[in-house]
Amino acid sequence: SKLFSGSQVQFAAPPNSLVSFFDASLPGTLPVLNRRCVEAAVMTGLALNCSINKKSLFDRKHYFYADLPAGYQITQQRVPIAVNGSLSYSLCIDNKMSQMVTKTVRIKQIQLEQDSGKSLHDDVRSQTLVDLNRAGVGLMEVVMEPDMCCGEEAAAAVRELQLILQTLGSSQAVMAEGQLRVDANVSVHHPGEPYGVRTEVKNINSIRFLAKAVDYEIERQIEELESGGTILNETRAFDSKLGCTVPMRDKEGKQDYRFMPEPNLPPLILYNARSLPANMNHQQVVNIDWIHERLPDLPSVKRAKLVEQYGILPEHSFTLLNEAGLTEFFEDVIKQTQMKPKKVIGWILNDLLSYLKQHSLTVKESPVSSFLLADLLNRLEKKEISSTAAKQVFAELWKGEGKTPLEIVKEKKLQLIQDQEDLERICQAVIDGQENEVMAIKSGNRKVLNKLIGLVQRETQGRSNPVLVKQLLEKKLSE
Amino acid sequence: MMGNTMSLVSAALKEGRVAPTELCQRCLSLIKSTKFLNAYITVAEETALKQAEESEKRYKRGQPLGVLDGIPIAVKDNFNTAGIETTCASNMLKGYISPYNATVVQKLLDQGAVLLGKTNLDEFAMGSGSTDGVFGPVRNPWSYSRQYKEKSVPKSHSEDKDSNWVITGGSSGGSAAAVSSFTCFAALGSDTGGSTRNPAAHCGVVGLKPTYGLISRHGLIPLVNSMDVPGILTRCVDDAAVVLGSLAGHDPKDSTTIQDNFKPFELSDLTDVSKLSIGIPKEYHAPGLSSEILALWSKAADLFKNAGAKVIEVSLPHTRYSIVCYHVLCTAEVASNMARFDGLEYGHRSDMNKSTESMYAATRREGFNDVVRGRILSGNYFLLKQNYENYFIKAQKVRRLIANDFVKVFGSGVDILLTPTTLSDAIPYMEFIKEDNRTRSAQDDILTQAANMAGLPAINVPTALSERGLPVGLQFIGRSFQEKQLLTVAKWFEKQVKFPMIQLDEVKRHDHGVFQHQKSASFLEHRT
Repeated sequence: SKLFSGSQVQFAAPPNSLVSFFDASLPGTLPVLNRRCVEAAVMTGLALNCSINKKSLFDRKHYFYADLPAGYQITQQRVPIAVNGSLSYSLCIDNKMSQMVTKTVRIKQIQLEQDSGKSLHDDVRSQTLVDLNRAGVGLMEVVMEPDMCCGEEAAAAVRELQLILQTLGSSQAVMAEGQLRVDANVSVHHPGEPYGVRTEVKNINSIRFLAKAVDYEIERQIEELESGGTILNETRAFDSKLGCTVPMRDKEGKQDYRFMPEPNLPPLILYNARSLPANMNHQQVVNIDWIHERLPDLPSVKRAKLVEQYGILPEHSFTLLNEAGLTEFFEDVIKQTQMKPKKVIGWILNDLLSYLKQHSLTVKESPVSSFLLADLLNRLEKKEISSTAAKQVFAELWKGEGKTPLEIVKEKKLQLIQDQEDLERICQAVIDGQENEVMAIKSGNRKVLNKLIGLVQRETQGRSNPVLVKQLLEKKLSE
Repeated sequence: MMGNTMSLVSAALKEGRVAPTELCQRCLSLIKSTKFLNAYITVAEETALKQAEESEKRYKRGQPLGVLDGIPIAVKDNFNTAGIETTCASNMLKGYISPYNATVVQKLLDQGAVLLGKTNLDEFAMGSGSTDGVFGPVRNPWSYSRQYKEKSVPKSHSEDKDSNWVITGGSSGGSAAAVSSFTCFAALGSDTGGSTRNPAAHCGVVGLKPTYGLISRHGLIPLVNSMDVPGILTRCVDDAAVVLGSLAGHDPKDSTTIQDNFKPFELSDLTDVSKLSIGIPKEYHAPGLSSEILALWSKAADLFKNAGAKVIEVSLPHTRYSIVCYHVLCTAEVASNMARFDGLEYGHRSDMNKSTESMYAATRREGFNDVVRGRILSGNYFLLKQNYENYFIKAQKVRRLIANDFVKVFGSGVDILLTPTTLSDAIPYMEFIKEDNRTRSAQDDILTQAANMAGLPAINVPTALSERGLPVGLQFIGRSFQEKQLLTVAKWFEKQVKFPMIQLDEVKRHDHGVFQHQKSASFLEHRT
């Protein structure tokens, strides 16, 4: 529920249907702190290596706006709940997945605060419609230090933060639903000189747009300065259609928010195992150590475990975690197949994932289940079909017509010839028919062997195991 | 009957000597005949009678909810009451019907109390006269008492009795007047700088300011969140203890209430005060304190001394800074608390609709009176970034010093402090309005405010009549959460001074008229 009231939080609910008396700022109502929000903030702080402030305070930030019913927002300006952390993230150098480098951005602080409602401006009827469903929803503002140097870094950092939040469960962090909002502060300077004047860029609705907005703004500022202009400390909006930033209509000039302590909320006191008083009601306290012990594995840890457990490459682990449900799918397949993880990963990342991307589907929506894929891979492992045939089967499975791999193999006659005698006969036939090539091979040109293998494949309509064929041919040729 | 204490009436109800509906009718009728006092903004006649009927059913079944069942009460109009208009005596909330009950109101209703109506106040509780609300000023019932009329010399024969009426004090003047004029047996006020104790003193009733955090503020429209408390106005100290017992305790909806379990208590009759240490803070001999009250204060101290208590002079050195400190902190919080009144969600909305900003501005200009707007402007000034350190932070530090004064004094063995409540008896309205609200508040709050700064419990006990025949009260200030001790001492004092009952012709007429068929003369002027 919301940060200071019991209203439900739900995306796209009917307007003004999730508004308590407190959210509507009815006179005489008082805020009551939501424990879950505090726990979420502590979890996030711990995951970001922050110091958790055992005592933090709430303040009022005043300004008048239609979607702020009380005329002030309750936030943590003086002493926020967590400070001085760090976030590690990885980037590919030169777009090569195989070369990843780890970077760190410092986290200045995390503060709890209220969200505002939403206003919709109807210029046609000269009116503003106000929906207070969102008013009072709990927000965690994560403030990063200016340690990043380009759009790609910003995007990678935010992506990692998103994964962390989703892993912790402290937020779904879906940008499209406004669960994660990003404002970028950008400035430029010559190396060795102090940081330049910064602008704040808002209205960034996806991680991709974040990278674009940051890069555009950097370029704009450089151009401006090189042509002798100055940068204004202003707020700009990112226009995704035009791919540029524009100054936001400055309604009030520089605001004085007249910060004041929130008198209706005592200081927020958090405990750890050492400071916890003996007779405290368990329900009434938040124990930092208790939360620490129960933190789930963070993405970085998960990735390392995947690499260690399955012998996959680090960049593979990134891709696995980046796609919702993909790791689970991968591990499900592993459980049901004898194929080694190092080989399975290829199928997951090259085949499954590319099909999903092509059709803009999520893992959940995959027409090929882990069961089916495992079945297919098992047949490949047992050499019932060749790998080329397996790809064909996969393509058929993708159609989602409910056929099993076995049915498809039978239907398309993709089974590898198991009868060795049969295969020997065909090999012999090919050898007999290719005198020149045989001579070439016997005189040392091994490459020509591939042609023979190819011919056998053609003869068998691809149903021969190339490794076995090669062995047989070599055996025969050396006789 | 009407002049009785709540406890006596409660007993009468239990014994069936009077019915809740009858009691309710009499109060409603008396409200009508004392309309000129302007104590009530809204009289909830229908709902009150319904509540009385329900109470009657319970008594008939022999299952009353408690001492408060069937007792007519009034509530200051800055407490939210579901379904009954809550205006704060302001244009901003005229016609505002709240969807919820304040916790304290709900508690009273749950105990079976009968809510007669909402009482008048200074707009948004800002003032010390109950003169600055949009429904007009409240008149002190004592203006019409025989005691006052006997002592006042009309300047000319043609002078209207009306022009000489005195104020109730404020800002809970309506509640004090309601209790004082017998239209209800207890009333809720609020106390931020003395707003319950001040009118209690001027109207000759008991006014209790509980420790901050003891009683829930959920539903009390705030003036200064860090100082406000719901106040209790009754005719005797025992009644205040009863009401306190039904209201105190943790409220999950108010994060500033203490968690500890509160146990309602009954006041014992103190016989031996020799173990008591009474402190007399010398700084409360404030400039402007009338010689009459000074003498009374001294007499009271002697009373304790002669009874064997230890009476010593103490010092609260930072008292003289409390007015300025209060002004800064109060206006800052007011500016913040009033920010929500924009006309969008509830309350008055201006017709101006050129833009949101202009609508806000017009709504607030139209909805608030000068006093409120003045405090908002001051408060915002103090909260500006460039001023915050010098004003707000400084004031908070001074507040800490003021609170520490009390800590030191109580820590040195003093149990209770005895001080005057007001600088003088109630002054005539015509004289009061010669100075503006800010000046008056600054003058009148000096004796009561520090207790709000320190969050301490304090109580006004009516002591004697002034030379003009008007009530004068004295104040006791106690240790945090030591209401039991505070009220025990107050009760002893009340017993000693035997404050006279108001002789209001209206009430006498009223009582007689209705009681013609009943032999209840013994109740009329009998009080323990």
